[in-house]
Amino acid sequence: MIEGAIWRKWVFFYVPMALFLLFLLFPFYWMVITSVRPDGELYRPWNSINYNPFWTWKPTWDHVRYLFEETLFASWLWNTTFIALASTAISLVCGVFAGYALSRLNFPFAGSLGTGIFITYLVPQTLLFIPLAEMIRNYRLGDTPWALILTYPTFLIPFCTWLMMGYFKAVPRELEECARIDGASRWQAMLYIVIPVAIPGILSAGIFAFTLSWNEFIYALVFLSSPEQKTVPVGVTSELIRGDVFYWGPLMAGALLGSIPVAIAYSFFVEHYVAGLTGSVKG
Amino acid sequence: MAISAVSATTLREAPPPRRQRLLEDERWLAFVLLVPTIVLLGMFIAYPFIRGILLSVTNSRVGMPGDFVGLANFYKIFNDGIFRTSVYNTFVYTGVTTVFKLALGLWLAMLLNRNFHGKAFTRAFILLPFIIPTVLSTFAWKWMFDPTFSVLNWLLYHFGLITGRINWLGDPDLAMISIIIVNIWRGVPFFAISLLAGLQTISPELNEAAAIDGAKPWQRFWHITWPLLLPVTMVVVLFSVIQTFADFQIVYVMTGGGPANATHLFATYAYQIAIGTGLLSEGAAIALAMFPVLFLVVIIQLLYIRRVEVR
Repeated sequence: MIEGAIWRKWVFFYVPMALFLLFLLFPFYWMVITSVRPDGELYRPWNSINYNPFWTWKPTWDHVRYLFEETLFASWLWNTTFIALASTAISLVCGVFAGYALSRLNFPFAGSLGTGIFITYLVPQTLLFIPLAEMIRNYRLGDTPWALILTYPTFLIPFCTWLMMGYFKAVPRELEECARIDGASRWQAMLYIVIPVAIPGILSAGIFAFTLSWNEFIYALVFLSSPEQKTVPVGVTSELIRGDVFYWGPLMAGALLGSIPVAIAYSFFVEHYVAGLTGSVKG
Repeated sequence: MAISAVSATTLREAPPPRRQRLLEDERWLAFVLLVPTIVLLGMFIAYPFIRGILLSVTNSRVGMPGDFVGLANFYKIFNDGIFRTSVYNTFVYTGVTTVFKLALGLWLAMLLNRNFHGKAFTRAFILLPFIIPTVLSTFAWKWMFDPTFSVLNWLLYHFGLITGRINWLGDPDLAMISIIIVNIWRGVPFFAISLLAGLQTISPELNEAAAIDGAKPWQRFWHITWPLLLPVTMVVVLFSVIQTFADFQIVYVMTGGGPANATHLFATYAYQIAIGTGLLSEGAAIALAMFPVLFLVVIIQLLYIRRVEVR
């Protein structure tokens, strides 16, 4: 590690690390503490006397109860889960197939197709949401989950394809050739030999795609309008604020509970997630 | 018994159906495998892109097709003060946050690249700002910046740094700074983890050899780590520039473009014009105005990746 006196270790390692952790994690602590705090404590001006904002001795479930009893939070959770799972599944199928074709098959225009898919990966949602909103309305998909299930793959497929290409390239060609000599068709060799070897890649792509579609905001904001169709990020944004009044307790409880599913998915597959993240960047 | 054996052999020896024979041809198989992707990307990226261009040269509103008006929308937005502010804001926002995210991310990556207790745990926690839905975590920040109940004001006050309250989101400059802080907070983990992956591919022997030859830590960083890390850094920075340039969520939640339209970015202003006031074509023109810059970044990225691959 760091050579030299013990103070060097503190100055160059422990203190900066602690500051980073404080900066990066404090908002989450603030979410947790706000969501269990009674309203009476919440709305005390920051300069009132004897006020300790960092702790509460009277934790309450009121905000969570409000969320589930007075709002459609449960439906938002269900909508988001369904949309995220469906769009992830579609993107995985497309991405695995496209990744296989682009990395292991010879065909005309393979290179330019690969570049084309890479470019779509870099297209931000905010560039296209206005014409897409018009199209969604014309196809009568507005205010249905299908508006999102069909559009989310546009930013998930390129990433899945790109990641899978990396994994497929690493599978030795001999493996596939052996299967072909034993009488397997190309299709069977792909399905039963190459794809199983690349399962870690599929997991990485899947977990990354799931979190991306869970977090998506602008399409969901523009394409959905009725409260019962909304996803968690949009529902929390639009239904927990009345005019200028912010219901901070339920808002923070909603933010916390809306984050937990991704946090759980992430915690089970940290390594795969990191592999997906770094793989998606390195290309 | 006998019958089934016969049918099994005939099955095996019968010529494969046409469909299967086609799939044996590499080109056909590739075509079949790529069709779903091409259809989806064509329908929901290429087509809307063309629609967007067509929309931006009409005067259509929500529910009204509109007529061709040439470049009137672009002419209009370039003379619009709020649009100019948004352009300026977007460049400041992208530039400032990228510098900070790179510096802090690299620093954090170097810290994480050491061996210490609870390393895996720390790394897992550090990514949280990046994986948690941005809109939701931005609300936590908005609450921390609340004019009346701000915990940041409480801290600054109790450390004796301020005497009155700071109205973070009510002042144009402070609001911009607040937004920039939130973006840095969200982006640092992404930079740190990606750069950490790059750092881990650098053999520690190189650094050890340089240390034996008497190179100071700073020299070792500048002459060994930085050049070897540059390819990963480039890709991460370009990727982040695109995302930040087109950012929407943080500004939408923190200020909604306010106070008095002082913190709009391209995307939030396009949203306000197209969805808020229903001027679809003008909104499409604003969103498309991002395109030249994004295009340039993508080209740089493609050229750079190609150069690295050739090497």
